[in-house]
Amino acid sequence: MNKNQVYSINGPVVTVRGATGFQMMEMVYVGEKRLIGEVINISDDHTTIQVYEVTTGLRPGEPVAGTGGPLCATLGPGILSNIFDGIERPLGEIAKESGAFIPEGSDIPSLDLEKRWKTAVRVKVGDQLKGGDIFAVTQESSVIEHRAMVPPTLSGEVVSAAADGDYKVFDTIIVLRDEKGTEQILSLAQRWPIRSARPVAERLPIERPLITGQRVIDTLFPIAKGGTAAVPGGFGTGKTMTQHQLAKWSDADIIVYIGCGERGNEMTQVLKEFGDLIDPKSGKPLTDRTVLIANTSNMPVAAREASIYTGITLAEYYRDMGYHVAVMADSTSRWAEALREISGRLEEMPAEEGFPAYLPSRISQFYERAGYMNNLNGTEGSVTIIGAVSPQGADFSEPVTQNTKRFVRCFWALDKSLAYARHYPAINWTSSYTEYLDDLTPWYSKNISPDFMKCRQQISNLLLDESKLMEIVKLIGSDVLPDDQKLVLEVAKVIRVGILQQNAYHRDDTYVPLPKQLKMMQVVLYFYNKAKEVVGKGVPISELTATGLFEALIKIKYDVPNDNLALFDNYYKDIDEKLGKLNQLAEQF
Amino acid sequence: MLQFVGLNEINGPLVALQGVTGVAFDEMVSLKLNTGETRFGRVVQIEGERVVIQVFEGTRGMSLDNTRTTMLAHPMEMPLSLELLGRTFSGSGRPIDGLGEIFCEKSADINGKPMNPVTRVYPRNYINTGISTIDALATLIRGQKLPIFSGSGMSHNKLAVQMVRQSRLSGTDEKFVVVFAAMGVKNDVADYFRRSFEEAGVMEKVVMFLNLSNDPIIERILTPRCALTVAEYLAFEHNMHVLVIMTDVTSYCEALREFSSSKGEIPGRKGFPGYLYSDLASLYERAGIIEGSSGSVTQVPILTMPNDDITHPVPDLTGYITEGQIVLDRQLDQTGVYPSISVLPSLSRLMKDGIGEGFTRADHQDCANQLFASYARVQDARALASVIGEEELSDVDKRFMVFGKMFEKHFVNQGPTENRSIEETLDLGWLLLSLLPREELDRVGDKVLEQYYRPQAAAEKFHA
Repeated sequence: MNKNQVYSINGPVVTVRGATGFQMMEMVYVGEKRLIGEVINISDDHTTIQVYEVTTGLRPGEPVAGTGGPLCATLGPGILSNIFDGIERPLGEIAKESGAFIPEGSDIPSLDLEKRWKTAVRVKVGDQLKGGDIFAVTQESSVIEHRAMVPPTLSGEVVSAAADGDYKVFDTIIVLRDEKGTEQILSLAQRWPIRSARPVAERLPIERPLITGQRVIDTLFPIAKGGTAAVPGGFGTGKTMTQHQLAKWSDADIIVYIGCGERGNEMTQVLKEFGDLIDPKSGKPLTDRTVLIANTSNMPVAAREASIYTGITLAEYYRDMGYHVAVMADSTSRWAEALREISGRLEEMPAEEGFPAYLPSRISQFYERAGYMNNLNGTEGSVTIIGAVSPQGADFSEPVTQNTKRFVRCFWALDKSLAYARHYPAINWTSSYTEYLDDLTPWYSKNISPDFMKCRQQISNLLLDESKLMEIVKLIGSDVLPDDQKLVLEVAKVIRVGILQQNAYHRDDTYVPLPKQLKMMQVVLYFYNKAKEVVGKGVPISELTATGLFEALIKIKYDVPNDNLALFDNYYKDIDEKLGKLNQLAEQF
Repeated sequence: MLQFVGLNEINGPLVALQGVTGVAFDEMVSLKLNTGETRFGRVVQIEGERVVIQVFEGTRGMSLDNTRTTMLAHPMEMPLSLELLGRTFSGSGRPIDGLGEIFCEKSADINGKPMNPVTRVYPRNYINTGISTIDALATLIRGQKLPIFSGSGMSHNKLAVQMVRQSRLSGTDEKFVVVFAAMGVKNDVADYFRRSFEEAGVMEKVVMFLNLSNDPIIERILTPRCALTVAEYLAFEHNMHVLVIMTDVTSYCEALREFSSSKGEIPGRKGFPGYLYSDLASLYERAGIIEGSSGSVTQVPILTMPNDDITHPVPDLTGYITEGQIVLDRQLDQTGVYPSISVLPSLSRLMKDGIGEGFTRADHQDCANQLFASYARVQDARALASVIGEEELSDVDKRFMVFGKMFEKHFVNQGPTENRSIEETLDLGWLLLSLLPREELDRVGDKVLEQYYRPQAAAEKFHA
């Protein structure tokens, strides 16, 4: 009956001898335990399968069964607030069934099949529907309305439609007759192959920022909705912390957090923290808008490779409904290592550092799934990808960092020496960059202030001046510098400590709205210009230090609450008063 | 059980057999030599009827026709029972202390299974080690994995012993045991640990696994797995708090490299196999706490950085998996500072949720932040001083130089038997910070400073 049998086993790579009739990338069940695998290579005498689970105990001769289709994600209500493994198996349900440790071959459906969703059907018999059209809606979580869509490949006329009511995910909602006259049954859920991008009508230009409330990002290196960013950094530089902050505070509608080959305790922390935290915009727990994909470093390596695609597929599905989705991938290096590991088992010819030659094309395929889109159903949505990179030995010249750099437009380089000094977020302002400035300037000018980008430029110039001066200071000390240059150093310090450094554990400082970010820049620059005048008149820098203004400016982030920006006026008054006195003093002599 | 006479191929620790059917991947195998010796092995590759077996004790003395192979039909297992406490085992889990076999309550696959992140409990309970630098600046949390990055000739073993001796959890009397896995360590190092445990009177709470540097490398690959299987059993089935000390992870990784190259695998960086990260993760990720059990597995792996290079693949990949690291510094070590912990690169990622009000003291985070920031500034001042001379430094930088010296002398430095309470440690930290001008303490709010900033007391104590 079933002629396909396991022939050889080498870790997660299994081969089947003979012509098997499997398709490339077809999902298969391997062995008596029905381990999930995927066909990755076919030749005339054998087929190679990558198994997503531990193959301990598998024997040659055990059956291999095809499913006739590629590895698919199940898309429907119930995804939000859930936590899945790399191939969309619900970890919560697995825990209920098998306890604290994950067994092999568990075959639990991704979504809760029994739960009934209160559904409103939006179409009637006789309507013409095309791919992507929304035919029913249900409230998936307190903040997100789930919109059931016609799968992108189908279209036709509605021949029957259910009444509004409570339905399970695979109950028939409508029946569609396509052009060929075949009747297609549509339910709240659909399936989609994870390695193919979901189609859209067109890509739209990028023009809106993803607001994160993190000053160094929003102000110096902003990212756009639909954009891509990489966060590279050695261990201990705060990649994960940065990702967590972005997942908590960025103004996307939905967050897909992919823990790819990272620590188990970190995923537990995300689960716990996001459950406790309240989204400032909706007033609801953050978990209501979050999906977690957890494939920790000790879970099977092949599923780690798939987890990135599972995550982005879920993101695209919500984008199709008209939402703005942000994908956090922590870390893409682990994913690349999974590619390398499997490539090694297949005895492929390695390129740089043992990574397969197709690494750059895989990385670009992933990042290119981001974008601001006009969906098939006419709605607009976006997928933003923020990928952490863990370069070996914190050496940014290694292949994963280098190739990622070519395909992202925002690069937030984390710096070990900043992290050692506990300057967080440890984003280095000289080696980071963003290519979205020109795209976003009109938005900032229109919605915040025309002044914003000008201030940003001045701040960034001051930092640049500082780093040049520091070269000199390192050689001969700061005492020999003239006072106007000393002032640059002092003001740059205010910018570094007062603006760039941000305390994720402080009630106000963890998230700072754009107007406050602008005002902070403005007051520092105002002070700098006034102080430059005073110094120009020959007042020594020590007199300026004695005014205590530097400390006051540094502490603005704590002293001015986010909801009381009127307090900034006091700082202007204070600056005018104290520097005015120094001015008088200078004129007297 | 399936039995086979003879072998078809021998290559390093690997042997191959032809014409085998019905054997499972990862199954255990026993190989009986005609000298009467029995060795154990494991199936690592199957290709149709050809099976590759990895022999734990090495293939010395084996020939193509003097061996009888028996397939044992189960994966590598470790016998488990409470009797394990106080016993000593070989790297592959067989008793070597001459006290006889273990009557096991059950046995478990040494590879374990991954913990489900959903059922993990986020570690929050801090362990008081009595060592200032660790308690204040890189706090060890129960359920954490916190490695010690060291180099040959530094005092990591002494530090590990001190941690075992002094570690306690304030306010409970739950059972605390140690699982010690020696991988490729020298005979006298193993001896030092055994003697220290005996002197501290904790031997009956210790399970030891010894794979010495002249023992077979395949056994070395099994050592941490056996040890962690025992740790999980004691923690999750008997609700004990288990501290696992694994030394030396670098030797373990080298064994893995040797084994990988004998299998003819494509090497990654510095010849280590491409799956080194996944392999290390399969060890380190077995630390943690799970729902439904009050026990915990805390890991302190020790690794020696070849040539003191922190970017070497072993410390590098370890740092990416573990929740922080404690780094020892050779320069400090040479100036006689013990423990020679290099403060700036040392870090505990789980620290922030396990300290402060209700755990240690409300001001702990402030104190730690300011110490880190100020000590980082000391490094700048020192770099400058080495160019222009200490005399030419600005007054503020001179104060930092003094602070740095006193910090190393009084805070970092502490005797191997000195056990400081968390209050003592934090007060000492504030007192040292009081050596600096108040406006330089920019990580702390005024309220906290008012309570703890005491420049006079500091000047008296440190004669500065």
